Amino acid sequence: MGLSTDGQALDPRTAPEFQTAARSVLNDAQLRKNVRHATTVIQNKRAKVVGELPDWQELREAGGALREHTMKFLDAYLEQFEANCTRAGGVVHWARDAAEAREIVVRLAKESIGDAPSEVIKIKSMTTEEIGLNAALQEAGITPYETDLAELIIQLGKDQPSHIVVPALHKNRAQIREIFQREMHLPHLGETPQDLADAARSFLREKFLRVPTAVSGANFLVAETGGVCIVESEGNGRMCLTLPRTLITIAGIDKVVPRFADLEVLLQVLPRSATGERMNPYNSIWTGVHPGDGPEQFHVVLMDNGRTDVLADEHGRETLHCIRCGACQNACPVYRQTGGHAYGSVYAGPIGAILTPQLQKMEHAESLPYASSLCGACYEVCPVKINIPEVLVHLRSRVVERKTAGLRVLTNAEALAMKTAGSLFRSERRFRAAQRLARMGQGVLARKDGSGEKWISWLPGLLGGWTQVRDLHALPDETFRQWWEEREKSKKHAGGAA
Amino acid sequence: MSANARTAVLERVRAAKGGAAELAKAASAWGLLPRAYHRDGDLQRTAMLERFIDRLHDYDAHVEFCDDAGLAGAIARALYACGAKRVLVPVGLDVGCPEELERVEDAALRVSELDRVDAVVTRCTVAIAETGTLVLQTVPGQGRRAATLVPDIHVCIVRERDVVMTVPEAFNRLALTTTLPTTFVSGPSATADIEMTRIKGVHGPRTLYVVLEAEAG
Ligand code: SF4
Repeated sequence: MGLSTDGQALDPRTAPEFQTAARSVLNDAQLRKNVRHATTVIQNKRAKVVGELPDWQELREAGGALREHTMKFLDAYLEQFEANCTRAGGVVHWARDAAEAREIVVRLAKESIGDAPSEVIKIKSMTTEEIGLNAALQEAGITPYETDLAELIIQLGKDQPSHIVVPALHKNRAQIREIFQREMHLPHLGETPQDLADAARSFLREKFLRVPTAVSGANFLVAETGGVCIVESEGNGRMCLTLPRTLITIAGIDKVVPRFADLEVLLQVLPRSATGERMNPYNSIWTGVHPGDGPEQFHVVLMDNGRTDVLADEHGRETLHCIRCGACQNACPVYRQTGGHAYGSVYAGPIGAILTPQLQKMEHAESLPYASSLCGACYEVCPVKINIPEVLVHLRSRVVERKTAGLRVLTNAEALAMKTAGSLFRSERRFRAAQRLARMGQGVLARKDGSGEKWISWLPGLLGGWTQVRDLHALPDETFRQWWEEREKSKKHAGGAA
Repeated sequence: MSANARTAVLERVRAAKGGAAELAKAASAWGLLPRAYHRDGDLQRTAMLERFIDRLHDYDAHVEFCDDAGLAGAIARALYACGAKRVLVPVGLDVGCPEELERVEDAALRVSELDRVDAVVTRCTVAIAETGTLVLQTVPGQGRRAATLVPDIHVCIVRERDVVMTVPEAFNRLALTTTLPTTFVSGPSATADIEMTRIKGVHGPRTLYVVLEAEAG
């Protein structure tokens, strides 16, 4: 049924093209229903709590500027983090790529486990998913237990994450119950969400109390103090951070923030954007090792794995500002149709469409920048104001450049079209104009497929052979932005009341 | 090996940005970052406390009220209401628990022993009205982090003067203790991983009681 991920890691190097993968998902009615339901619920919750803050736009502005500032001084902040974390009793490691990061974590885990049974408990971490850490641990004879409910569902169901915040959002309660009944040997398990959560609590409790080594990701690294911050809901994170003897945290180098006080911005925008809560149930902040409270050994692995390649592209680097809230996924009309697996990467949706190909040096996942209708909804909701549509278009031009580098057969018209595509979207105004043009032009290009969905072939006439399989979901007839502008206008006409 | 990786990653960062950054320059640039968001709340004291209570209820926390003379009674009411029998008391907590209940001092208890108490009573450093958040730190009276995590019931005493309106105000109060282990608690443990339904209680305390202590006089 649909796209099976059975035991297969999401690897952009081997994944099918988005448009091919997406087509097979579109036949999976259950999956589409689950994804649509979950994303609609989160979007509504988000809209409500974002609406409560009159200074939301100022917070976004501050968040975006803060992230941009951090990237500008990234080397200094990383060194400052390292010095402060070390002074507080932590041990900092550096990893150039995924292989090196896996090797470090496996070695540290082995050292800490000693003669104990070879097990670690894990907090949900997209970074460990990115590098395929669980498979590496297993190969080394270490059993990793995912402790986040959604990650547990994924792990027990031999599935793959489809969303960066709610990784099992493509499964409904009946499917989850079936997995738990089978894997936890609970034939009589009830099917309310409460029954399922209770089952997870008892299944993991014993592991929290027993397993002496934990592996985590990080939401933020604080340069000023050497502290680490993790945001979570269930308390599984706190269990992993406080009960084991050894804690190994792995974080991308992009996770650093300059000062402790900067969290006053990020801890406002992240929970409201991610789960639609004013504050998620638990945020933990700790600095190195604290005698009498928490692990005795604390390691941080700072990982590059392609991030410096992203930083080197001045039009792509704002991708690194991302704080992994998932709001762009929930808002994206393409993601809402296809779910996450079609993106062939643990980073799905709009953020995945810009992050994954760049982390792959544009050598893989090059269909992803086309997995978008450029409607702008992702930009509207991004809490750090990443202009995802602009980056998408920029990456399309990089894909085209790569594809045509060896070819000397372009007509003048094609060369011109590509040049235009490359520069068109660098400004907000030009982007809007181009969006309108695209929508007008699409009448000619769009055709209905069997399910009544509108699809368009991109870059008509341009490198036809290469683009013919790269169909795109059609642009909605009206973008949010247009609708919003119309609405504001009609409000004014209505007499400017309130 | 690791030293090489360190040099390599930092060099790549510098090459990507076109040069090395200096911390002093970073500091002055940081000072110029836009911060037009609200720092202070705009509500009067009573309205702010009402907001706090409203937010706590919204996240399924229970609230008891008292003045300092009535504190012991309010804690007892909370503990009886949730049927606690063995109560963990962190080092340095200045209030007692009812005599009929078994009081367990946290003298570096093993985790398995923490797992055998029903409830824990603590204070907190600061609370945020806008988000219904309690901020706990590893100081006397608030316990180490495991003490407020493993027991299934958490009773937290919040002095009215420790309630602030906004998240930035709370960070101001934390400015001198930034390296202490710090936990923001907003409601009982919860998950929305199953069909986005918020379910109370996965691994942390499934019951959270806030005892709001009024100013003396
Ligand atoms: S790109 Fe923006 S909206 Fe998307 S996950 Fe990152 S921070 Fe959130």
